[in-house]
Amino acid sequence: MTISRRDFGKLAGGVSAGLATPAAWTSARAQNQPIRVGCTVSQTGALASTKNSLIGYELWRDDINAAGGLLGRKIELVVYDDQSAPAQVPSIYSKLIDVDKVDFLFSPYGANLTATMMPLAKQRDRLVVGILTLASNDRLRHDKFFQAAPWGPNGADDWARGFFDLAKAQGIKKIAIVAADTEFSKTAAAGGRRVSESMGMEVVGYDIYPPTLNDFSSILRNLRSRQPEAIFLCSYPPDSTAMVRGLSEIGVANSVRLFGGAMVGPQYASLLQSLGQNLNGIVNFHLYVPEPTLKFPGIEGFLQKYEVKAKEANVDPLGFYIPPFCYAAGQIISEGIKATGSTDQAVVSKWLHENPVSTIVGQIRFNDIGDWTERRVLMAQFQGVRGNDVNQFRQAGKQVVLDPPALKSGEFVPFRQARA
Amino acid sequence: MEFLDLITNALVSGVALGSIYALLALGLSITFGVLHIPNVAHPALMIAGAYAVVFANARGLDPIVAALLLTVPFYALGIVFYEFYARAFEKRGRGNTLQSLTLFFGVSLVIEIALVVAFGTDLRSVEVPYVGRSLEFGIVLLPYRFLVPALLAPVVILALWLYMTRTYSGLALRAVAHDDRALSISGVNPVSIKRHAFGIATALAVLAGAALVITGPVDPFAGRVQIGRVFAIVVLAGLGSIPGTLVAAILIGIAEALVTAFLSPSWAPGVAFAILLGTLAIRPSGLFGAR
Repeated sequence: MTISRRDFGKLAGGVSAGLATPAAWTSARAQNQPIRVGCTVSQTGALASTKNSLIGYELWRDDINAAGGLLGRKIELVVYDDQSAPAQVPSIYSKLIDVDKVDFLFSPYGANLTATMMPLAKQRDRLVVGILTLASNDRLRHDKFFQAAPWGPNGADDWARGFFDLAKAQGIKKIAIVAADTEFSKTAAAGGRRVSESMGMEVVGYDIYPPTLNDFSSILRNLRSRQPEAIFLCSYPPDSTAMVRGLSEIGVANSVRLFGGAMVGPQYASLLQSLGQNLNGIVNFHLYVPEPTLKFPGIEGFLQKYEVKAKEANVDPLGFYIPPFCYAAGQIISEGIKATGSTDQAVVSKWLHENPVSTIVGQIRFNDIGDWTERRVLMAQFQGVRGNDVNQFRQAGKQVVLDPPALKSGEFVPFRQARA
Repeated sequence: MEFLDLITNALVSGVALGSIYALLALGLSITFGVLHIPNVAHPALMIAGAYAVVFANARGLDPIVAALLLTVPFYALGIVFYEFYARAFEKRGRGNTLQSLTLFFGVSLVIEIALVVAFGTDLRSVEVPYVGRSLEFGIVLLPYRFLVPALLAPVVILALWLYMTRTYSGLALRAVAHDDRALSISGVNPVSIKRHAFGIATALAVLAGAALVITGPVDPFAGRVQIGRVFAIVVLAGLGSIPGTLVAAILIGIAEALVTAFLSPSWAPGVAFAILLGTLAIRPSGLFGAR
C-alpha cells in the first residue's frame, strides 16, 4: 500500500488534532474548574473556640461566587479539622497540596500550628495567608507568605507595644508581667519585658504559670506586695477569667493604674457575658471593636451575615476577633488574582508585595516577609460596662480604642477610677 | 506580716483547692481504686456533668441543687455504661488494662465531640451570686467560688464513706474489689455490684463537674488537664481508700498553693507527681492503701 503526499498530510493533520484534543480539553476544563483554597480549622481540641474562622472563609467564598467567581472560576474551599494538634498539621497540608491539588493555602490558626506547616509551604513554594500567626515567617522568610492579622513588622516584640506606649504616656515606672506557659503568651511576655526595659521601666515581677493552674490568688497576692503601677497579663481564656474574678475577690495593689495587655478571652462573647462589668478598666488587645474609628468598608455587612451563621453554628455570636480576618485572608488572595488576572503563585505574590490590598479590616500593605507594614493591634479599654448583656458590646463606647493613635476613639481612665 | 499573710492564705487556699480535687478524684477512686477499671473517661464525664449543670443553671437552678438532682440520670448512665463495658470486655474475658484504656479513651473522645456538637466550643460558666466575692476572716481572704465547692467535698466523702462501711451493699462493693468469686459464693452477684459502683462513680462525676464549673468556666476539652492530677490523687491515697482521697488531695492542694506562692507557679503541676513518686518509693501501696 502506498500513501500519497496528500493522504499523508491528511493523516498527519488528523493525528496532530487527535493528540492536541486532550491537551486543549484539559486546558479548557482547568479554566472551568474552581480555584481551590485549602486549610485546616481547629474544629476540635483546645483551639476549637477558633472554629468560627470557617464562617469567615465561607462568607468570603459565597460573596466571590455570588459575584461570578474569579477569572470566571468559582472558589472552592477544602477544609480539614487539625484537632488543634500541631502533629496533625504537616500531613494534612501535604494532602492539600499533593492530593487535593489546592491552588492557595490559608495557614492553621495561630503560631503553634502554623510553625509546623511553614517549612512545607516554603519547600513547595506555595502562597500562604497566615491566620493570626505571630512571627511564623521571621526565620524562614518565605516570599509567598502574607499575614492576615495586624501584628505589624517585628511582631514578636512589638505586637502589644501599644500597652507599653500607654504605660509610658501615663508615666508608669514599675511594671509586673504575668504569662501563661504557652508559646503565644511567653512570646508576648518576653517581648513586653524587652520593650518595657527599653522604655526605662522597672520589671518588678515576671511570673510564668502553667496553663493547668487553678488558683491564681497566690499570684495576685505576690503582685500586690510588689506594688506595680502596671500589670501586663498574657493569659488564655480560663486564666483570663480567673484573673479578672481575682481582681474582685483578692484585689490588686492601689498602685495599679494599667491592667491587661495580652489577655486572650475577653475578645469572645461568652467571656464578655460572664465577666460583664468586672472587665471595666482593663486595657486589652483586640483586633476589631465596633468603634466609630474602625468603620472599614464592608465590615458591618460582614458582621450582620456572620451573626446569622454563628447562631446556626452555635459559635461566638459577636465574631469580632477572628472571622473578619479570615474573610480578609480570602480578600488578600482574591484581590491578587483579580489584579493580575492570574492564579500563578509567583505573579500574585509579587503583586501583593508591591500593592496595597483593600479588605474589610482596612487597607493592608505587606513588607518583604509578608507582615503588615504598620502595626494595627488595638489596645482598647473596657468602659461603662453594665451587667452581663452581651449586646452592649455591639455598641460603641464599651471598648474604647486608646492605641494606635490614628484609631483612638476615647480617653484613658486609670484602672481604679474606671472600676469605681 | 506579709509572709504571714502569704503563708496563711496559701494554706487556706490549698486546703480548699485540695478539697475540690478530692471531689474530682472521688469517682475515679471507685472505678479505678475499687473496681480496678482505668476509667480515663471520668474527667470527660465530669465535663459532661458540668455542662448539664450549666444547662440547668441557665433555667434558674442553683448549680449544687442541679448537680444533686442530676446524680440520678448520671447514675443510670453509669449503669448503662458499665453494662456495655461488661458485655464487650469482661464477659468475653478481654477486660485487660490496655483494652480497657483504649475503650475509655474512645469514650472520652465521643463525650467531647458530643459536647462540641450540642453546645459548641465556647467556654461555659454558671451564674451564682457568690462568684466574684470572698470570705474575709482576719487576714484570710478566700473566694466563695472555691469555698462553696470545697465544703461540698467533705460532705460527699463522709456520706460515701458511711455508705461503704455501714451498709450491706457498700460492704459488698468493697468486697468485690478483693475477691468477686468469694462474693458470688456468698450469694451476691458481683456484676450487679460493679454496675452499681460504676453508677455511683458516674453520679459523682456530675457533682465534680458542678464544683469545677463553679470555680471557673469550662469547655468540652477541659477534662484533659485534670486526668494526670486525679489519677495521681487516687494512687497517692491508696487504691480504694475514700478518706485517703481527701487527705491526698488536700496534701497536693497545699503543696501546689505553697509552691505557687513561694517558689514559682511553673513548678505547681509537677508537685502532684513529685509527692506521688516520693510516697510510692516509701509506701508502694499509697498513703492509705492496704499493704
